[in-house]
Order: sequence, then structure tokens, then C-alpha cells
Amino acid sequence: MPSSESPQVNNFEEIEHTADWAYRVRGENLAQLFIQAALGLYSLVGMELASGSRITQEIQLKGIDGESLLVAWLNELLYLHESEGLGFDRLEIQHLDEKNLQAKVTGAPTQQWLKDIKAVTYHNLAIRKIESGLEVTLVLDV
Amino acid sequence: MPPLNLTGGGAMTIRKQDLQRISDYLWEIPTSFHPEMNVPVWIFADEDLIEDALGDLSLTQAVNVACLPGLVGHVAIMPDVHQGYGMPIGGVMAARVPEGIISPGAVGYDINCGVRVLASPIEYQSAIPYLNDLASTLYRNCPSGVGKGGSLPLSVEEFDRVCRQGARWALGKGYATEEDLERTEEFGCLEGADPAKASQRAKRRGKGQLGTLGAGNHFLEVDVVEEVFDSEAAAVMGLQAGCLAVQIHCGSRGFGHQICTDYVQDFQWAVINYGIKLPDRELVCAPFNSPEGQAYLAAMKAAANYAFANRQALAYHARRSFQEVFGSQAGQSLRQVYDIAHNMAKIETHQIEGEELTVCVHRKGATRAFGAGFSGLPSEYRPFGQPVLVPGSMGTESWILLGTKANEELSFGSSCHGAGRVMSRRQAKRTIRGDRLRAELEKEGINIRAGSMPGLAEEAPQAYKNVSRVVETVTHAGIAHKVARLRPIAVVKG
Repeated sequence: MPSSESPQVNNFEEIEHTADWAYRVRGENLAQLFIQAALGLYSLVGMELASGSRITQEIQLKGIDGESLLVAWLNELLYLHESEGLGFDRLEIQHLDEKNLQAKVTGAPTQQWLKDIKAVTYHNLAIRKIESGLEVTLVLDV
Repeated sequence: MPPLNLTGGGAMTIRKQDLQRISDYLWEIPTSFHPEMNVPVWIFADEDLIEDALGDLSLTQAVNVACLPGLVGHVAIMPDVHQGYGMPIGGVMAARVPEGIISPGAVGYDINCGVRVLASPIEYQSAIPYLNDLASTLYRNCPSGVGKGGSLPLSVEEFDRVCRQGARWALGKGYATEEDLERTEEFGCLEGADPAKASQRAKRRGKGQLGTLGAGNHFLEVDVVEEVFDSEAAAVMGLQAGCLAVQIHCGSRGFGHQICTDYVQDFQWAVINYGIKLPDRELVCAPFNSPEGQAYLAAMKAAANYAFANRQALAYHARRSFQEVFGSQAGQSLRQVYDIAHNMAKIETHQIEGEELTVCVHRKGATRAFGAGFSGLPSEYRPFGQPVLVPGSMGTESWILLGTKANEELSFGSSCHGAGRVMSRRQAKRTIRGDRLRAELEKEGINIRAGSMPGLAEEAPQAYKNVSRVVETVTHAGIAHKVARLRPIAVVKG
């Protein structure tokens, strides 16, 4: 699979949830869906990166299917923020199949992060085929 | 047959006619509602609160929970229920031990999120000139807000001690008194916690966060005891009408969040290995006695102990703040009323359908509420029952209740944990401005200190149910009875 990078257009929207946060994401393929889900997460928390030196990290994850990899991917980004104060605006999915993900992410220390997110959940998580590609709704514990 | 994934695409709506009314304050969704349900769902609610519950997907989520294997009795739903993820907030389930399951998703990410109440003999009238200073001092001394670092940095060895000892760790450090520990659920320490079952990632997230409130719905609040309903119990608890009290609401911070994240992920494999069929993947579980189940239990206890220590550290900071504002004796005189957990799995023995059973009770957004005589209470509380601490929303009243003996057969000895949300955060932010809300609350005599105005708007009183209605329901249902009502006068939020 060719690598997939951050697109110019955002394809996610916040939807109603009584207590937590939920957002719907679309992508033309699985890699784009993962990238849009990450951009949506960063958008919801109002992330802004500090200017200056850039940092690149390699991410490798295993899962049992696309949904578990998606949760692992987003939770990895949350962890990198909370443990190292990092956020990423250039996301490159180098390999993605049903059980493995390999990505290269480039960014910087965050200078703004307005909302604590405890975790990305599996609640009713299902990646669905739609006419334009794939769609998923994610629920975040805030 | 209706789809098993009830809250998934084309979610099944539960209508009022699907409920059977058992009494004025109890409704049932019988197992005949869905072929996969193993136990019925009992909902404690009055006419208005049942409409609230039907207004989102809480009851559908409750039916999902009722489909889990190994459950006994019923799934109990508290009147402050609202839609969550997996188990609804305000849900209680009991699984047989050892034949049943344990579920990290049914406990939730903020393991041992809970509430602590302290009582002061300082009279509200005499404190009025100092309240503004008190709010600022508490805000300065109790770290709060998104990404705010901890006030008590820990070495690796010390972190493990916190995990094993809970609030007892704070005693050696001078942050706690023996009475604080006596007046804490499980005396502030769950036995059997194993920090080795928590990942390095979890420890890294939690290491710098001990002694912090966090953000979201967590808060520290100063109240005045507005009315006492049970003077004998209130006197034993140290609550005096017209005097101050302090509430602290927070949990296990990033440590607990990461433990749950790790185990929900690991258990995705466990459900395949053990052939467990799930209505929602967030409800992942493993057999109680499996290596996975036992590892989660030991890690969950470590997070629970961290949370007890966290609230203890914040109580220490609250005492320091009272001392700075009111003088040297004011800190010591701030005595603990009780400290209870909202999100936890506990091994308990209950009478269920005429049989005494050992069960793993999962409470998510619900508190334990045992009646008089329970041996896990300090001796002075045993004649009365366990204190139940029910914070309202910022700007509205809070309640101190006592659990009843009868409740043990109603809801596995559980009660509501707060008011319960009724409006989404998105809608709250759209319709309420944080700065205006702060001005309105301050006009009502409530000093507000908040790190984020949008965050304040999300937690507006309008976003919550009427807490007194919730309390009326639990009292009429026989779950608990009233001791005192508190009114907020200063609120610190992240």
C-alpha cells in the first residue's frame, strides 16, 4: 500500500453526546480515515503547536482489526501529548493492514491543548463502507 | 430478532411502553425485551427522571450491559443516569465470583473517581469577608486544569508505594490523619493492588499528577451546611447547620485512564480467546479468575489507591488553604466526613434472589451505599450506615445521605453519584457563555475560580438534572435517607 499523508481538507464533524464527546469521520480509504480521525481529535482539543524545531516519531501498532488499530492509533497520539507534550500536524501512514500500522508523524511541542481527553473508546465502534469510502463515529471520554 | 449491537447503527430505541412500572420510583425492563438479556434492568426514577433517561441512549446501554455473561440479579440504574460509553453513567452490575466476568470497560477510564467531604466548625456568617480570599487560595494551592502538573512529585519507588498503600501512604508523609483513613471507603486502601500490573506508560502519565484536580467535571467546592435532616448522624459526621464544608471531586488522573485504556485494548484479544460474545466492544471482559481478569483487578486496585491518595493530597492542600485564610487552627479543624468511590469493581457478598452470593459489583457513576452495621465502616458510623455524598452541579445544592440496609437487595447497596447530565457539552458551549455564567453565579454569592471559560460553560447547572429530584427518588425508593443539604459558596474548577 502506498503511504498516505495529511490531506488539505478536513473530513470530520462533532456530533451530540450527553456527557462525552463524539465525532464522525470520513476517509476515502482506511489510511485517510485514520489521518482524518487524528486531525479531528487535534481539532476538538484546539491543539496548537509551538514554532521552532520539529520532531519526528515512528509509530508501530498491532491490533485485531481495523477498529482496534484505530483506537490504538488515537490513544497513542493522546499518550504522546500527555507524556511528552507533543502534537503532530504531518501524519504519514506508511503501512496499514487489518492487524498492523506503521506511521511517521512530525510535529512539535504543543503550545495549546484546551481539553483533557481521558481516552478514545470502543463504544459502538464500527468502520462502515459508504459511497465515498469509509466512515466511523468515535466516542471520547472527557 | 433485534440486533445484538443495540446502540450501533440503526440503534434500537427503548420506549416507555417497553418498561414495566414496579412502583412510583422503580421501573423494569424485563429479560423478555431482548433474547440476549441475561438479567432484567431496574431503573430507579420518578415520572420526570424516567423521561430524561428515555431522552438519550442510557437505557439502551443498560440493556447492552444486561446481555453480559455471568451477571446475577439485575442491572441497577440510578436516577442520575445518563448516556456514557459501554455502561451508562449511573449503572451497577454484579457478576458471580469466580464463575463470572470482570470488565474494565464497565468500570471506566477514571478508576475510583470519587468524592470527599470535609466539615468545618467555621460559621458561614463569620467567613463571608474571607470567601473571596479563600477561593483564590484554594485555586492557588490545589492544582487544577488541563495538563496541570502535580504538587507532589514521586520517585519510582514512592509511586509504587502510593499504588499499594493508597491514602495510607499520605499518613507517613504528614498529609493525612488516622481519622481521615477511618472515614474513607476501604479505609483508603484496597488490598491486593499490584503496581507491576500497570504499564510503564500508565505510571509515566500518573507520575507527575498526584495532588491535582484535573479538568472536566472535577472540582473543589466550599459549601455552607444549609439544612440538617438527621441531627444525630450529622453531629457524628461533624456537620453543623450554618457552618462550612468542603467537597473534592476527582479520580486517578492519567494513571487510571491509561490502565483502563491498556486493559480495554488487551481484552479485545481476551474476548476472542474465551469466546465471549459482546453487545458493545467497550464492554470487553474476561473470566474473573483468568490471568487477564486478575491482572486487571490488581491494576485497577493500584489506580484506586492512587485516587484515594490523590484526594487525600487535595484535602491536605484544602486544610493548608483554610489555615492560610482563617488562622492556624482552621486547617486541623477541617475534619473528614467521608470519601467514596464512583467508578470501581468490588468483591462483595449480597443476598440475591434468596441466595447469599459473592459477586464482583461494577459501579460506574454510582457509589456504594451500605446500611447500618456494615463492618467496613468506622465504629462511630456503624449504627447509622455509610455516608453517601451526592454533589450537585456547580451553583446548585449537594446532599449528604446515609445508605440503608434495605438497599442491599435493591441495588447491591448502591446509590446515585450526582445530578447527572442532561445536556450535551456541545450544546452547553453553544448556548451558555462561561464569562456570563461566572458573573451570574457570583451574583448569587458563589465565588468561581476556573481555568477555562468554555470548560465552565460545559459544566453549567443548566446542563444537569435537578439533584434534589434525584435525591428525592433515592430516598423514596428506600436506597438512602437524608442527613444534610449543602449550598455552594466557592467553586474551583480546572
